[in-house]
Amino acid sequence: MKTLELGYFHIKDIVIGSESKIENGVLYVDEAAVKALVLEDENIKDVHFDVARPGESVRITPVKDVIEPRVKVEGPGGIFPGMVSKVEAVGSGKTYCLKDMAVVTAGKIVGFQEGLIDMSGPGADYTPFSKTINFCVVCEPADFLLATDPTATLPIENAKKPEYEKAVRMAGLKVAAYLGELARNLTPDETETFSTPNLKEGMEMYPDLPRVVYVAMLQTQGLLHDTYVYGVDAKRTLSTMLWPTEIMDGCIVSGNCVSACDKNPTYIHENNPVVHELFKQHGKTLNFVGVIITNENVYLADKQRSSDWAAKLCELLGVDGAIVTQEGFGNPDTDLIMNTVKIEKKGVKTTIVTDEYAGQDGKSQSLADADQLADAVVTGGNANEVIVLPKMDKLIGMLDYVDVIAGSHAGSLREDGSIEAEIQILTSCNNEMGFGKLSAR
Amino acid sequence: MVKEIERAGLPVVHMCTVTPISMTVGANRIVPTIAIPHPLGNPALEPEEEYKLRKSLVAKALKALTTEVSDQTIFED
Amino acid sequence: MSYKVVHYINQFFANIGGEEMAHVAPELREGFVGPGMALNNAWKGEAEIVNTIVCGDSYFAEHEKEAKEQILGWVKEIKPDFFIAGPAFNAGRYGYACANICIAVQELGIPVLTGMYTENPGADYKEKVMIVATRDSAAGMRQAAPTMAKLAMKLMKGEKIGASVEEGYMNMGIRVNMFEKERGAKRAVDMLIKKLNDQPFVTEYPMPSFDRVAPNPAIKDLSKATIALCTSGGIVPHGNPDHIESSSASHYGEYDISGWDALTSEGWETAHGGYDPIYANANPNRVLPVDVMREFEREGVIGKLHNKFYATVGNGTAVASAKKFAAEYAQKLVAAGVDAVIMTST
Repeated sequence: MKTLELGYFHIKDIVIGSESKIENGVLYVDEAAVKALVLEDENIKDVHFDVARPGESVRITPVKDVIEPRVKVEGPGGIFPGMVSKVEAVGSGKTYCLKDMAVVTAGKIVGFQEGLIDMSGPGADYTPFSKTINFCVVCEPADFLLATDPTATLPIENAKKPEYEKAVRMAGLKVAAYLGELARNLTPDETETFSTPNLKEGMEMYPDLPRVVYVAMLQTQGLLHDTYVYGVDAKRTLSTMLWPTEIMDGCIVSGNCVSACDKNPTYIHENNPVVHELFKQHGKTLNFVGVIITNENVYLADKQRSSDWAAKLCELLGVDGAIVTQEGFGNPDTDLIMNTVKIEKKGVKTTIVTDEYAGQDGKSQSLADADQLADAVVTGGNANEVIVLPKMDKLIGMLDYVDVIAGSHAGSLREDGSIEAEIQILTSCNNEMGFGKLSAR
Repeated sequence: MVKEIERAGLPVVHMCTVTPISMTVGANRIVPTIAIPHPLGNPALEPEEEYKLRKSLVAKALKALTTEVSDQTIFED
Repeated sequence: MSYKVVHYINQFFANIGGEEMAHVAPELREGFVGPGMALNNAWKGEAEIVNTIVCGDSYFAEHEKEAKEQILGWVKEIKPDFFIAGPAFNAGRYGYACANICIAVQELGIPVLTGMYTENPGADYKEKVMIVATRDSAAGMRQAAPTMAKLAMKLMKGEKIGASVEEGYMNMGIRVNMFEKERGAKRAVDMLIKKLNDQPFVTEYPMPSFDRVAPNPAIKDLSKATIALCTSGGIVPHGNPDHIESSSASHYGEYDISGWDALTSEGWETAHGGYDPIYANANPNRVLPVDVMREFEREGVIGKLHNKFYATVGNGTAVASAKKFAAEYAQKLVAAGVDAVIMTST
C-alpha cells in the first residue's frame, strides 16, 4: 500500500515584503530572498515579483509555467525530485501544499506558445488560473541570450532558447519549493489521504470492481516542447508506470511551450484531475491501479514504440479500463489515436480526453487523426474560438508578444488595448487532462 | 482528392506542406514542400536557385511515383 | 413592436384531416392555428404568428416545386422576421416538408427553425437547417413548444446560440463551445464507468470516418509515362474565366497547357482565397510546376506531360465536393491514357 497524506494551507493573500512566512492564511514573501534565489542562474539578468488576485483587472502575459508550492515533510525524497530535490522515489509520507495560489513564471517570451491569464473579464472564465492568487515571477533574460538580429520576432537567440527555457523553468520550481518550505513546521487547515494498494492487494481488496489505469501522455516534441519526469527528459524514456501519489509530489514538471490553451503546466500535473477523480471512485465503482506515462515524440518509430509499450503495460496489468489524456494537438493526435486503438485492441475499454481545432467557424475536422475505436471522447472544447479580451488596468509582464503567440494574429492587440484572438492563447483553457469545464458539441 | 485519383487506378503523389493532413486524408505517396503560399518555390532565392529547388522537389515526386509502397509513405529525401 | 412570424403546419395539425386529406394544396390563414398557440403564448407578445401556412403532406411531396413557389410567394409578401415549421415529430413526409420549406425560406435571408424526431427522414437535413429534436409523437408537444419558442426568440434577436445539447437542436456539424457542469476529468471517469458497465454513454466528439485506398503499383518506366499535374491551389487562366470561387468552390477547372513552356504571370493566376496569393501570382509554377515538368519532358526523364491539368480550390471546400470533382476528373485522366498524377496543395 502506497499512502500519501496531503496537508492543505488555504492562502488568502500574498504580501511582498522583507520577511517570508505564512501567518493567518497570508503568505508573506521576502523579496530579496526570492530574488537572490532566481538570480543564482546567470541566464537571468533581473527579476521582479508581483501579485495578481482573482477578480482584479490584471493581465499576465507571456505566461510560461504555473506551479503550486509544496513541501515534503515526511517520507522519502523531496518535492520536484530530480529538478529541485535529489532523485529519490516519492509518493508516500506527508506533503504540504499551498492551496488557492500559484507561482506563475512570466516575462520575455521563450517560444511562440506562451500564454495569457486574465484575472477578470471574459478571459477569466476560460483559464483556471484566474481563480488562484498568483505570485508572478517576471524574468529578464541575460544580455548574452538576446538575439543579435534586430528584426527577430522573438527576443532570445534561437540557439540559446533551451538555456533560457531551463533557467525560467528552474526559477519557477525553486520559488515554489522555497514558498512551500514556509509551511513545513505549521499545521495544515485540512488533510486528505490517498492510498494505492499494490496489484496483489488491490485484487484481494476489490475482487469485483473493474480495474482501471490512467494513461498520461506527456508532451515531448523537443524544441521547447518537453516534460520532465524525475529530472529526465521524457522524450528519452520508454512508457513506464508511476504510483499516482508520485505525481502529487511533483515528479512530473512542465518544460514546454505547447499552445497555451493545451498546456499541462506543473500545477495541473501536481493536481492531476484524472488522478483525483479516479481516487474519488477508487474502492467504490472501480479499482484505480496506477498511472502509465508515455510520451509524444516527433518520429514515427518513437510513436510506434511508445504506444506499443503503453498498450503492453495495460495488457500486463490485466486492466479492464483506461483513461487516456493528451497534451498538444496536431501530430500528438496521432499518438492519442495509436494509444487508444492499441489499448482497445487489448480488450481494454478506453475513454480519452482531448481538445479540438475545428477552425474559427467550428466547421473543420477537430482532430488530425481519428479512429472509430475511440468511441468515448471527452473534449476540452474548440481552441480556435475567437474571443475579445477587454483592456485590463494592470499588466504583469509585457504586451510585446501578444501578436505572435499561437492563437493570435498580427493586429490581435488593438489600439484600445483590447485583444482579439483565439482562446488558444489562454493558459490551460482547453486542458486535455480535463482540468476545466469547457467542452464542445 | 488524391484518394479518388488512387481509386481510379492511377498512382498519385501528393506534394504538400502540411504532411500530417495528407496522412490523415489518406494520401499514399507524400512529398513535403516548402511553404503553404509557395509549395514549390521560395521567393527569397534567386530565380535560378529557386528553379533548381523546384526541380529537385518534382524529381523527388517522380521518384516517389516509381517507388513501390505498401502503406502511406512520406518521401523526405 | 413584436416580431412577425409565419408558421408552417400540415393538414393534420390544422385539423383538416389525416392521411385522407394529405392532398390539400397550400392555404394561407391569418394568425395562429393549432400548435401555433403554444408558440405564441411562449413568446408573450415579443413575437407573434401573423400567418399560418397549411399544406397537405402528400401535396408537398408530390408537388414540391409548386408548393414551394406558392409558399415562398406568400412569405415574400408577408416579409416575416422569422419562419417556423412543425414540429413534425415522427411524421416522415411532414418532416421532409418542414425541413425543405425551411431551407427554401432561409435562402430568402429569413431565419428559420423546425422541429422533429431524430429519426424522421427530414432530420437528414439537420446540417442545412436548424432542427429541434423532439419526441416521436405529438405527445411531445409540451416539451417541444417551449424549446422551439426559446430558441426561435434567440434567433430573432440575433443572440449567440449555444451548443446543440444546451439549446436542444440537432448537431449541425459545427463545433460549438460550451461549459459543462462537471470538469473534463470527472466526465471522463463517469463515461468510463458507464462503458465498463455496458451502460449507454454519449461521446462528446463522434469520430469522423476516413476510408483508405491501397496505393497503386509504381510506374515502371518513367521515360515512357504520361504524367498529369493537378492542384488544389486554384491555378487558373488569368481572369479566372470559369469563376472558380476563392473559398468553398462549387466546381473545378480543366485547362489546356499545350504550347506553354512554363506558366507566366501574364497567362495564369490563383483563385485560392486561403493563402497569400502574391507568390503564386508572381510565378504560378510555384504551385503548378509546369516549367520543370517541361524540362523533364525535354530531357526524356518523363515520357510526356499531359496537355491538360485540373485545378480546384481547397479552401473551405466541402470534402464531399472535392471528392466528387476528383472522382470525375480522375476518369478523364484514365480515359486520356495518363499513367500517374502529381497533385500539389497549398
